[in-house]
Amino acid sequence: MNVAETVFIDNVPTTETDASPPSVTEQKADEADHVLDTMQTQDFPPPSTAKDQFQEELVIKPLHSGDIYASFQFRTQWDTDFLLGSKVSHYRLFPKSLGQVISKFSVRELHISFTQGYWRTMQWGQPFLPSPPGAELWVWFQDTVTDVDLAWKELTNVLSGIFCASLNFIDSTNTVQPSASFKPLGVGNVTDQRFLRYAVLPREIVCTENLTPWKKLLPCGSKAGLAVLMKSEKLFHSSFHSQALHIRPVCKCKSTSWELRQTLNVVFDLHTSGQGKREWSLFKMFSRTLTEACPLASSSKVYVDITDNPQGELFELSPATPLVSQAVVLGDGRTYSVYDLTDHATFGQTHSLNVLLRWRAAESGEMLRPLLHGERYVAGYGLQTGEIHTLVYNNHPYRAFPVLLLDTVPWYLRLYIHTLTVTSKGRDNKPSYIHYQPSKDRLQPHLLEMLIQLPPNSVTEVTVQFERALLKWTEYTPDPNHGFYVGSSVISALVPSVVAMDTNNTQERPLFSSFFPCKEESTYFMRIYTEPLLVNLPTPDFSMPYNVICLTCTVVAVGYGSLYNLLTRTFQVEEPSQGLAKRLANIIRRLRGVPLLT
Amino acid sequence: KFSHLKSYFESTDSPEHFLQNTKYNAGDADVFLSTKMAAPLTLLFIVAITIRAVLFRSSLADLITERVEVVSPLNAWKRVVEGLALLDLGVSPYAGDVFHETPLMIYFFHFVIDYAEIVFMVSAVCIVFLLQFRKQKYALEGDRYPLDCLELIRTPREMLYIPLKVAMFYLLNPFTILSCVAKSTCGLNNAVIALFILSTIKGSALMSAIFLALATYQSIYPLTLFAPALLYLLQRLYIPVNWRRPSFWLFTTQYVFMYLGSLAVMVCLSFFLLNSWDFLTSVYGFILSVPDLTPNIGLFWYFFAEMFEHFRLFFICVFQINVFFYTIPLSIKLKEHPVFLIFMQIAIISIFKSYPTVGDIALYMAFLPAWNHLYRFLRNIFLVSVVLLACSALFPVLWHLWIYAGSANSNFYYAITLLFNVAQILLVSDYFYAYLRREHHLTHGLYLKRKDGSEATLVLK
Repeated sequence: MNVAETVFIDNVPTTETDASPPSVTEQKADEADHVLDTMQTQDFPPPSTAKDQFQEELVIKPLHSGDIYASFQFRTQWDTDFLLGSKVSHYRLFPKSLGQVISKFSVRELHISFTQGYWRTMQWGQPFLPSPPGAELWVWFQDTVTDVDLAWKELTNVLSGIFCASLNFIDSTNTVQPSASFKPLGVGNVTDQRFLRYAVLPREIVCTENLTPWKKLLPCGSKAGLAVLMKSEKLFHSSFHSQALHIRPVCKCKSTSWELRQTLNVVFDLHTSGQGKREWSLFKMFSRTLTEACPLASSSKVYVDITDNPQGELFELSPATPLVSQAVVLGDGRTYSVYDLTDHATFGQTHSLNVLLRWRAAESGEMLRPLLHGERYVAGYGLQTGEIHTLVYNNHPYRAFPVLLLDTVPWYLRLYIHTLTVTSKGRDNKPSYIHYQPSKDRLQPHLLEMLIQLPPNSVTEVTVQFERALLKWTEYTPDPNHGFYVGSSVISALVPSVVAMDTNNTQERPLFSSFFPCKEESTYFMRIYTEPLLVNLPTPDFSMPYNVICLTCTVVAVGYGSLYNLLTRTFQVEEPSQGLAKRLANIIRRLRGVPLLT
Repeated sequence: KFSHLKSYFESTDSPEHFLQNTKYNAGDADVFLSTKMAAPLTLLFIVAITIRAVLFRSSLADLITERVEVVSPLNAWKRVVEGLALLDLGVSPYAGDVFHETPLMIYFFHFVIDYAEIVFMVSAVCIVFLLQFRKQKYALEGDRYPLDCLELIRTPREMLYIPLKVAMFYLLNPFTILSCVAKSTCGLNNAVIALFILSTIKGSALMSAIFLALATYQSIYPLTLFAPALLYLLQRLYIPVNWRRPSFWLFTTQYVFMYLGSLAVMVCLSFFLLNSWDFLTSVYGFILSVPDLTPNIGLFWYFFAEMFEHFRLFFICVFQINVFFYTIPLSIKLKEHPVFLIFMQIAIISIFKSYPTVGDIALYMAFLPAWNHLYRFLRNIFLVSVVLLACSALFPVLWHLWIYAGSANSNFYYAITLLFNVAQILLVSDYFYAYLRREHHLTHGLYLKRKDGSEATLVLK
């Protein structure tokens, strides 16, 4: 076992990672198998004895920059086993298209995200669930899969169809098998990286056609519940938009159950969406208000982060709600006002809920710097070589912690690993673990994984030089001088938390606070993505393949011809050639049969 | 007149005479090296080494190391270091597509990495020593020719200066200096080829086969030097190239076995060093299939960057066969002159190979002073030299305009590589022409007359 695994093994969950229903439910669960079929006719919300349940929630977090962050979380849980031979054919809440994908390709975990825009950690803090710009897909296959590459290829094509995305562009040139950065988040402790595939398409543009199929996977579609707020004309008029889907097995401690978690994160800009006024409402953000919970949902809540506003001195929240929830999120204790949509009283007399945040002060206080932060850029000029700089900030005043840095660089930027330098505070900081897989031209990308110890309150700079390759003219993208994207670096870390993390798994917690499993009180797992890079490559002239072929062949022919000439001919004394008249005369003479002239 | 020549020829071709000559020459060479030329040569070495040492220490070294004209993906020093770094990380250097040296080379550098600069300087100087001996002996073959062509035959005095000229041409050639300062492993490959030439000229069939195998192992193309080496050794042993003679077949078989045997030993040794056959595709597959289109001074990069995908394989085959193809006709035409054949082969390789660098050009250019007796027959040496010089100056200029300034595009650089290659082709074919013409004059006399007695001009027909 390598060093990285020993450090991060604690992070690998082996047991329940999420809220489990009360024990009463479990007792009833076995005897209530048949309830499933008759469920449709029952009153809603469905009783918790069902084998599947659906929860939805929306978190609204005002950001220090004046922007607002809205995060939707939908969770469908189903106590079934797709992989037990018997074909699952009766689907209720769980989307059938995904269930079939899981059973056909023997998927153990599937995480996919589509993101437009870059999450600005320094302005916005940490997101609940990070995602890199573009499309990201990582999948753990069951260890029964024999040809993982084939399954991966087919899976990406199927997902490409399901989400109307260009996932079919995922091939061996952008797929890697990280050794330590991506551990399974669900139950099961198989960590053999042979069954893991990770790919990022940084150029993928996310738009309505990706949102519609994503919404269709929800039990209520976009007809009822929180999903009515998701109107694309508003969602895509934002600074940041990210939609994700996570499938993983979770433990109910008796049997495995499958969890499908769909998240949608969006940041609305103060100036473009909010007209410069620090006043946000559901209507202003989504041009819709809430009228009901999804009838299929067992819980449906709206959370508003009021941690910075305990007395209401910063902003005013209306309608007021008596419900307050405390949760530990990203190592920090947060307070939320909660609107429970399953309670009819929430909607009041107007039968609609329009949460309104109106600022009293023009400016909110200074934001605490995020403990971990990453940046990346390309240095150097010209189209021959360059240098990738990755800066990782540890803003913790006194604690050092290790991070895992994962870099996937396409083959056409040829990395020189001997030029790798890692410096912190002006000193060489040798990584304690390096996993490097060099690239193969047109076959596989570079994969660089490092475990770096970040000293407290420091900036660690990782640099590595590369050389830009000249590609074949058909390998360039349609706009070659736009440049080529290099996917984000992934920084995974166990960050010291400010308050004790909640490791008690049996307790019900809000969905957004419980995605990454937590096994230690003092640290929490965090993943951040740096900016993707845009790198220019030298280009040939696309307009002249014929000319080049002709000219080069001419030069080769000059070489061939001159040598051929010298090889096949011999030197002879030049005889003066006869005049034209004489030659003609000789031809006539030959015909006439008279002696020739000399 | 011709009968006289013929009888003279026969007499000079007799073994005793030739042997006598050779002995005399060898002795002469040793004496000469130890006495008369020692001082200027030493001075030259000091100057050459000083230039290199100064450049190694200067800031120019980094600049030169990056030049695409000087280093290719096959022999870049940066890639050697990368290969060693990968080995240190526990990754096979051939797992990626950066390292393309042979396994023996990586183990060699594993031990001398700290002394790399010295290794490259020493190898440059060695090449000169190795080329020296060759010239010494070869130059005296002119003795066999008719008396009325005395003008064409080099005087011993002229020949005395050939080694010095060769040394100067090689050591002070900017191409060699650049190649050495960039620590391009091309210098070492040149040294292996020089060793091969030396051992061939010395008549040691075994050493010749071993070094030829080593050169082939390093970069495939020297395979075509097999024919001249065999011809030279046969000539030395007075075995006529005759299909019906058993002695010819006996020696050829021996040489082939020595060659293939040593090649097999090297390949197997490489296998046991790394315990995998990956290096075969990574080194030889890389040379032959040209996947890396990094610009260089050759003809391949832009051609295959702009090639239509379904014609790629066809043209790769055509271009690679082109390099090897000339061996057969040249060996037939020049079977009496294997040393000139070696020169032709090296020149053709360096023009038409897939990843040429200026170091390869420097090797065949070092031969040029040895052919200084051909000078009077060269037709367009002035034009060619001017073009070569102009192109060498324009390479960095157009590269800068394309890659850094962005005010030119790839076509500019490509145009210069085309011109450079045309100039090289003209240079080589001009020397070939001159050599054939001199041979013609040596048998037919220098001042040819027509039937009617007027002065004749020679034409190729």
